[in-house]
Amino acid sequence: MAHDHAIGHDDHEHHAPPSGIMRWITTTNHKDIGSMYLWFSFIMFLVGGAMALVIRAELFQPGLQVVSPDFFNQMITLHALIMVFGAIMPAFVGFSNWMIPLQIGASDMAFARMNNWSFWILPVASGLLVLSMFVPGGAAGTGWTLYPPLSIQMGMGMDLAIFGIHLLGMSSIMGAINIITTILNMRAPGMTLMKMPMFCWTWLITAFLLIASMPVLAGAVTMLLTDRHFGTTFFNAAGGGDPVLFQHIFWFFGHPEVYIIALPAFGVISQVIPAFSRKPLFGYASMVYAIAAIAVISFFVWAHHMYITGIPLTGQLYFMYATMVIAIPTGVKVFNWVATMWKGSLSFETPMLFSLGFLFLFTLGGFSGLVLSITAVDILLQETYYVIAHFHYVMVAGAVFSAYAGAYYWLPKWTGYMYDEFLGKVHFWLTLIFFNMTFFVQHFLGLAGMPRRVPDYALQFTEFNMISTIGAFGLGISQLLFLYIVLKARKGGVKATTQVWDGAEGLEWTVPSPAPYHTFETPPVFEGGKH
Amino acid sequence: MSQSASHYFVPQPSHWPIFGSIALLLMANGTVLWMNQIPSGKWMLAGGFFVLLTMLFGWFANVIRESEEGAYGKNVDISFRWAMGWFIFSEIMFFAAFFGALFYIRVLSVPDLAEGLSGEFLYPDFTSAWPSAGPGFKEEFSKMGAWGLPAINTALLLASGVTLTWAHHALIKNNRLHLNIGLALTILLGFIFLLLQVEEYAHAYTDYNLKLTTGGYGSTFFLLTGFHGFHVTLGAVMLCVILARTLKGHFTPEHHFGFEGVAWYWHFVDVVWLLLFVLVYWL
Amino acid sequence: MKRFVGTAGAVALGLLAYTASAWAGYQLNLDVPVTEAGRRAYDLHNMITLVCLVIFVVVFGVLAYSLVMHRKSKGHKAADFHEHLGIEIAWTIIPTIILVLIAIPSTKALIDLKDTSESEITIKVTGYQWKWGYDYLKGEGEGIKFLSVLSTPKDQIHNKAEKSADYMMAVDNPMVVPVNTKVRILATANDVIHAWAVPAFAVKQDAIPGFIRDTWFKADAEGMYVGQCSELCGKDHGYMPINVKVVSAAEYTAWVAEQKKKAASNVDDPNKVWTLEESMARGEKVYANACASCHQANGKGVPGAFPALDGSKMAKVAAQKGKHIDIVLHGKAGTAMGAFGGQLSDTEIAAVVTYERNAWGNKTGDIIQPAEVKAARK
Ligand code: HEA
Ligand code: HEA
Ligand code: HEC
Ligand code: CUA
Ligand SMILES: [Cu+2]
Repeated sequence: MAHDHAIGHDDHEHHAPPSGIMRWITTTNHKDIGSMYLWFSFIMFLVGGAMALVIRAELFQPGLQVVSPDFFNQMITLHALIMVFGAIMPAFVGFSNWMIPLQIGASDMAFARMNNWSFWILPVASGLLVLSMFVPGGAAGTGWTLYPPLSIQMGMGMDLAIFGIHLLGMSSIMGAINIITTILNMRAPGMTLMKMPMFCWTWLITAFLLIASMPVLAGAVTMLLTDRHFGTTFFNAAGGGDPVLFQHIFWFFGHPEVYIIALPAFGVISQVIPAFSRKPLFGYASMVYAIAAIAVISFFVWAHHMYITGIPLTGQLYFMYATMVIAIPTGVKVFNWVATMWKGSLSFETPMLFSLGFLFLFTLGGFSGLVLSITAVDILLQETYYVIAHFHYVMVAGAVFSAYAGAYYWLPKWTGYMYDEFLGKVHFWLTLIFFNMTFFVQHFLGLAGMPRRVPDYALQFTEFNMISTIGAFGLGISQLLFLYIVLKARKGGVKATTQVWDGAEGLEWTVPSPAPYHTFETPPVFEGGKH
Repeated sequence: MSQSASHYFVPQPSHWPIFGSIALLLMANGTVLWMNQIPSGKWMLAGGFFVLLTMLFGWFANVIRESEEGAYGKNVDISFRWAMGWFIFSEIMFFAAFFGALFYIRVLSVPDLAEGLSGEFLYPDFTSAWPSAGPGFKEEFSKMGAWGLPAINTALLLASGVTLTWAHHALIKNNRLHLNIGLALTILLGFIFLLLQVEEYAHAYTDYNLKLTTGGYGSTFFLLTGFHGFHVTLGAVMLCVILARTLKGHFTPEHHFGFEGVAWYWHFVDVVWLLLFVLVYWL
Repeated sequence: MKRFVGTAGAVALGLLAYTASAWAGYQLNLDVPVTEAGRRAYDLHNMITLVCLVIFVVVFGVLAYSLVMHRKSKGHKAADFHEHLGIEIAWTIIPTIILVLIAIPSTKALIDLKDTSESEITIKVTGYQWKWGYDYLKGEGEGIKFLSVLSTPKDQIHNKAEKSADYMMAVDNPMVVPVNTKVRILATANDVIHAWAVPAFAVKQDAIPGFIRDTWFKADAEGMYVGQCSELCGKDHGYMPINVKVVSAAEYTAWVAEQKKKAASNVDDPNKVWTLEESMARGEKVYANACASCHQANGKGVPGAFPALDGSKMAKVAAQKGKHIDIVLHGKAGTAMGAFGGQLSDTEIAAVVTYERNAWGNKTGDIIQPAEVKAARK
């Protein structure tokens, strides 16, 4: 594998990092920044989750009980924006910050100072989103898709959301440039692109997606802003514009965005499954091609979110075919993971359990996606809870499960202690059960015709909604267990070895646990890779 | 592939990023307040801008010092190249959104409002012809022609590309005089371009009755040219910084990414203008 | 790892049994549509779901085998293969073929759904915040025009009264169409995007302000079909249901005649001069229907979102009367305050403005006459 290298030895002086809070504010260390990203994202997950609980509480019974319809709409908007931009994306950026330099044998990220800024923009941006709840008129009640003209009607909360999104975009673009540059330019000698760990590959391509799609979103919300305040008419028929234009631009961003969420999740899974199968990843090359294919195709399928806007038949057909095509590379990945486990020597520690949960449920979510991609069927299902079920399967059971898999997998490397395996397993099983309880029934709600984004519903939907709400509260409470497990592992416990997992491969397992503050200041020579 | 044995430069902890975040916080909040008729917003915006400038000065001073001290090896140089390239790509995508809007309004929505189903039932009197400000716009306005100021501006920007390349060659040959002259000329051309652009906007508002509020045409025209103008301004400011540095004797024939990065940016702005000239003014 | 499989199986079965036993008869699939095109989409959905299920079972069957047999705890040693071109090509090609097979019927079903030609009745549907307007443009019934609003009482929504069986799903004036007749829908909106959706017809169409988009259906069974607005349109998005009553041709003809008669008798004399009491009484009704959802029945509005009219300068100061009429007629661009000129007649607008200027604490004594509104229209 890697050479023995000097860890913690360095020949140019390091000033002792500032202590206390200033350490975190001024740090240029990828590990510090990675930790901050991860903590931030978990806090945001709780905040966004608390909002989900408000939504679910209101939906426990028909009638209005907990919140007003206005506030309900604000909750769905903020829930989605905070989960997507505040929780999931930063979680995987956190992983990338911590692990990419360790996996490729670099001393740090390519632009360590800018890295710090990418992080510290996030609290500001999320702050704007949260602040918007408290201004006159409240937050944007438009759904995260911000469709005009509804978003034109909103009060100043909408403007805060727009600027929040601008800042989130800036942060993501800077982060993505940093990651791309690090991967392209800072790999240890001997590590060719095709020998890189799969997690790095997924991030390389995700970073490309970010750089290509976030500016488009910035453009879209800028047009919203000028339509709102300066009398332009991009989205107003009276001036020759079209509200649907916004939807095109938004989804040109929005569809790649869902793969921005999914690809790093695939990356984590592709690290964990081989480790606990004690067998190299099957089909490394085809994995890489599949990711690339998904990324490219994802820019050409956006209007599958707009089948009911009245785009012409040829458009609907084209977008249907293009969307279906994505199932092929995604399928390749699923099959590769299964083949990796085939004839392995499997063990089922918590990271593996979450990966299996991911595989199982993500595939289900992918299948419901395929059902939605069929235009004639989607017309029955669009804007119903079927869609909500679909994307929570791919985003919660996909991205969140994968983030947990990654967190348990690398936690010993970060803290130096093994987490409590028993509690980890409990966390997994509770999450799995409550997740399905929350979201599986939503398929039925959608099929029976319950629209999404409503605070109230007809009596026939009552029972499934009750199940879903109970599930959501169970799911929420189970996540607090994770917090406890992490805090416990930080405090102490069984010391982690350097290798941690006997089947794990990669340079990150050649540095001690916990990973010292500075690693790979002299690049290791990479000789390994079974591919 | 990184091969170097030398270490990669990792900067010390820095307080500039947090300045940047505070600046953004103030500017975003300030702008929102200001747009919603709350006067204190202006001051918050100005304060934020001031913090931003402080941060930019401080941060770039750091970078320039490190660069001149030779802290940036070959590898860091390559990193800068990748980063600048991807940054410019992100800018291209930003403009793509607005070009996309222009395309959509011109080719899809206006014809539909005139001849499509929507036209048939809602706007029987509206006919589609570009430029259009849509069925709800009743005033007269005229199109911004291509062959007056815009053509001159095209020539100016193309010329500035040439002078910049000349300066670059001079830098490589270590001809500092030509380098300085070339840079200065480029900046001059850039500023003349901006002046003419202001002139053109004045014409648009006073003579052509072409305003930001002139429907789809006005919206796309002003946002596209406006964002381009903003980028020219940024580019020109960066060129000024580079000029100041060359005058101080910074950069060597081998090591001058600061110069090149700005030059790439300037060429990018150039290319956007050519697209604007063809798609917004000409066709 | 028996435990894994065992537990997972138990959980799945448990969940199934739980749902099935406690709520037997609960709807687990789409409604069977009452249109030909809809049934095709319905079958398509079943077919695709089944295909996915089969793939799912095959893939996870293989995985389950592996999870059971290839466990470390059972002493299974890891093999070392990590590539196999043939199999990788196979699992690229096979899904492709499956997808092509799915695509063929999907294309056919879609082409049917989009064919709006040869319709016998054309109805324009307009989405308003938060009600639907129906305009019969062509075919039998031409000229009929009405608004359709949720009829569930507020008390039920706020849990102060027992919820009726059609809670949230009933409207005052359903759209009525004859059975076995091709109906073309032209969807548009007045303020924000709404979507007109009736699952039983496999119809869901965005109603986009400033644009017309069309769709169609041909129902082959009589009955009352319900749907809901399917595009987030603000506060009361959840409360703008759609009711379509499909009736026999004869009943339809009778309905048309009745509507025509009602319309004729409902025409207000535009030259009538109203007294304060008359105007207030009429205005209160209009207000409750059109304005109270935002400005509230007590005129206090919702702070931050919808201004109070009780005590509002515009509704209290005599000099502002013109502005008051104007904002009701034309709305205020960029806010939720829509233009009511198209929805309400001169008489109704006059009445509602009179009402607002005299109700609650606003005691201006102004009486607005229809003629005044008519003059303000242009
Ligand atoms: C992580 C995020 C994520 C991912 C990965 C996906 C993946 C997919 N999504 Fe999803 N989607 C969302 C997030 C995501 N989606 C979100 C957030 C929304 C809603 C946004 C909103 O409106 O608010 C949405 C909405 C959405 C819609 C619009 C629904 C509507 O509003 O009406 C559609 C329609 O086509 C769709 C399709 C798909 C498809 C075809 C895939 C495919 O990529 C899935 C491919 C995977 C598989 C198919 C399974 C594995 C494959 C095999 C085992 C191979 C064999 C299979 C076959 C041959 C069938 N998605
Ligand atoms: C990756 C993104 C992501 C994630 C992780 C989630 C997670 C969850 N989501 Fe969400 N969701 C979206 C993205 C996401 N969602 C999007 C994009 C939409 C569409 C919005 C729109 O229509 O515009 C949506 C919409 C949406 C709806 C539909 C709203 C509607 O249309 O009316 C519902 C309803 O059930 C829901 C529920 C949930 C639940 C129960 C979770 C759970 O998984 C959450 C579990 C976590 C917790 C519950 C946290 C636990 C914390 C505590 C218990 C402690 C609280 C304490 C403190 C805050 C200190 N989500
Ligand atoms: C969809 C919500 C909505 C409905 C329905 C609505 N309004 Fe409004 N109305 C508003 C909003 C929002 C404003 C504030 C506009 C602004 O920002 O100035 C407003 C403002 C007004 C004002 C001006 C108040 C002031 O003091 O400036 C009057 C008068 C008014 N509405 C009357 C009516 C009448 C009459 C009706 C019914 C026929 C009605 N509104 C229906 C949302 C609504
Ligand atoms: Cu109308 Cu939603
Ligand atoms: Cu999509």
